Amino acid sequence: MANETDGAQPAPIAELSREQELSALRDMLLIRRFEEKAGQLYGMGVIAGFCHLYIGQEAVVVGVRMASREGDQFTTSYRDHGHMLAMGMDPKGVMAELAGKRGGISKGKGGSMHMFSREKNFFGGHGIVGAPAPIGAGIAFANAYRGDGRVSITFFGEGAANQGQVYESFNIAALWRLPVVFIIENNRYAMGTAINRATAQTECFRRGAAFAIPARQVDGMDVRAVKAAADEAIEWCRSGKGPYLLEVLTYRYRGHSMSDPAKYRSKEEVERMREEHDPIEQVRIRLLAAGVSEDELKKIDASVRKIVAEAVDFATSDREPDPSELYTDVVA
Amino acid sequence: MSINVLMPALSPTMEHGKLAKWLKNEGDKVKSGDVIAEIETDKATMEVEAVDEGVLARILVPGGTENVAVNTPIAVIAEDGEDATAIESTLPPPKLPGDSDAAQTAASVAAPAPKQAAAPAPRAPEIPSDVTMIPMTMREALRDAMAEEMRRDSGVFVMGEEVGEYQGAYKVTQGLLQEFGAQRVLDTPITEYGFAGIGVGAAFAGLRPIVEFMTFNFSMQAIDHIVNSAAKTLYMSGGQIHSPIVFRGANGAAARVGAQHSQDFSAWYSSVPGLIVMAPSNASDAKGLLKAAIRSDNPVVFLENEILYGKTGDVPALEDFVLPIGKARIARAGTDVTLVSFSIGMTYALAAAEELAKDGIEAEVIDLRTLRPMDTASIIESVKKTGRCVAIEEGWPQNGVTAQIAAVVQEEAFDYLDAPVARVTGKDVPMPYAANLEKLALPSTAEVVAAAKAVLYRT
Repeated sequence: MANETDGAQPAPIAELSREQELSALRDMLLIRRFEEKAGQLYGMGVIAGFCHLYIGQEAVVVGVRMASREGDQFTTSYRDHGHMLAMGMDPKGVMAELAGKRGGISKGKGGSMHMFSREKNFFGGHGIVGAPAPIGAGIAFANAYRGDGRVSITFFGEGAANQGQVYESFNIAALWRLPVVFIIENNRYAMGTAINRATAQTECFRRGAAFAIPARQVDGMDVRAVKAAADEAIEWCRSGKGPYLLEVLTYRYRGHSMSDPAKYRSKEEVERMREEHDPIEQVRIRLLAAGVSEDELKKIDASVRKIVAEAVDFATSDREPDPSELYTDVVA
Repeated sequence: MSINVLMPALSPTMEHGKLAKWLKNEGDKVKSGDVIAEIETDKATMEVEAVDEGVLARILVPGGTENVAVNTPIAVIAEDGEDATAIESTLPPPKLPGDSDAAQTAASVAAPAPKQAAAPAPRAPEIPSDVTMIPMTMREALRDAMAEEMRRDSGVFVMGEEVGEYQGAYKVTQGLLQEFGAQRVLDTPITEYGFAGIGVGAAFAGLRPIVEFMTFNFSMQAIDHIVNSAAKTLYMSGGQIHSPIVFRGANGAAARVGAQHSQDFSAWYSSVPGLIVMAPSNASDAKGLLKAAIRSDNPVVFLENEILYGKTGDVPALEDFVLPIGKARIARAGTDVTLVSFSIGMTYALAAAEELAKDGIEAEVIDLRTLRPMDTASIIESVKKTGRCVAIEEGWPQNGVTAQIAAVVQEEAFDYLDAPVARVTGKDVPMPYAANLEKLALPSTAEVVAAAKAVLYRT
């Protein structure tokens, strides 16, 4: 059983091919540039309400997506833009939704925190932080019920991981051997509360043992480590052995939301993470060392910037929803 | 000195049961704690223990007897040495089925016969007039509805506490595990928040879960997923993600179970856009509405009532009896005053209508059946005819379903009203335990009669 190693051992580092590294770089850059732009648009008043950026955490969802198969479902809480882009959802639709426009993924009715795509197997986008645990387990239940071999992958933060519904879900998922990977994205701060101020056992992966769920702690700043751990976890689930828990150690560079000046942590701490552990920079350095030219990397960045610019154009020029949309989609 | 052994009650709502078998014979010695007999209801089986030492002198109700009323003497235990054969004449005769008054009691429990045929309940338009009607309890009707839908659609499954091996805490899921297996009838841990969320996830992924709450009191643990996840996601996803899930179970007061097990959630859930809320009052509606609920692509909160589970009603023997969502039923036609209710509130409304008829007052009784969307058109149409309205519910008065009815009636039929809309509700207190206080806390037929007379300015 995987948790016989107590889970604290570093996961093996996946050897990524050059194409995989390039793909990871591109996918993480897309999230980074998209989020930077979303932050700017928030400042300009184009995006309103709550807007939670994923900058710094890109390697988590990109590494997991590389390990998952077409048809596997993703669910997360409200820091969800990166997950949607990783699932291949149209950046235009996501940005337009952030702007509350009719061309948004949810027709402008969901907003930053509430987006879904049945086509791309993305099941939210949930404003209640612990909700992805049971909902992801429920999707896994449907997979097992149909025996279709799909794995449900569900993400939530270390703050959400203190909610009771998470443990209720762990218990049932283990009891019924549901094919669900629970991923705790531990970015150290639940809004402004550092993990050690809110959580007695700060090594979140250890909670798996209480439910006989194999668990592992992973360096979430290294996309190769995430990919390797996710490979192992997803394979475990797909082979019918039940759920798996990953605690992915990550870091968000920005505040909890756009309105957060992040005074609860030092500038130095943030700087150190950015300079020494940046998930995108790590891949860049490896690619350069492997002989990929600076020019080629610049081209990737340029292509990503173009996609994001088009998304911004679309979102800013699109119209607000028709007033008649107020009363549609309430019931089927 | 001999002691009567009485037919015990298995639950606060039990009125009759079957004396399944005797485990001791007349003349056997028994001591306190010995199991002497087994009794059964449609919900459960229980052993009867001797509470005194002595000799089982006489068995008054033979094994296998159905419909034995609670508190009927079923045996006599004589003190050791006492002449068992001498015990005879001091006992009241046991009430057996076939005895006239016992049969009468059973009949009145099963289906209160209309005392006067003044205004018979018109048959619901959904039921063809030539259809055979089969009497069954609401419990059986609900079970049949689930079983039929599970046979029809392999995506339908049931989950909840004790729904499988235990056969349902109130025996509503009786037999489902045996027919459909453990893959489709799932016993859950006592974790409503978790399993409600798992149900919603399964519904997002296209299955049709039936989530049973042992009672809706425990749905407060899960209300986050009912409201935030199930009700809102269709809207938040711009119409992409449906939640075809049914949350069902006993709602409201049972009997003598106190404040935390006696809450009516009709008003809570029926205030939430995105939910369908149903609250049937009889077996036929329960079956037709539950089938509609299971087929709905929307999340449905299906509010049952423990007191009504054992009540028998006629259910049409149709192959596929599905009632429309959001349609009220005229349970009794009348011209003088409109009584509107739902679920167990209909018991008071219909009984009050009978009382009023004795005074020459013809009440029209409307059973809402679905609380959301509410068939306000049927209420308004009736009030335009009668000019008077009494709304009845067991829930609390503030922001209650009846408060909504009163608001709608004054908004849409103000000019037709000859009196303010009256309400009869549960009292504005947590449910007390003491029998007399509990009775006071609940609505009564007398209160409905008084309210109807008040809006008619009669005494």
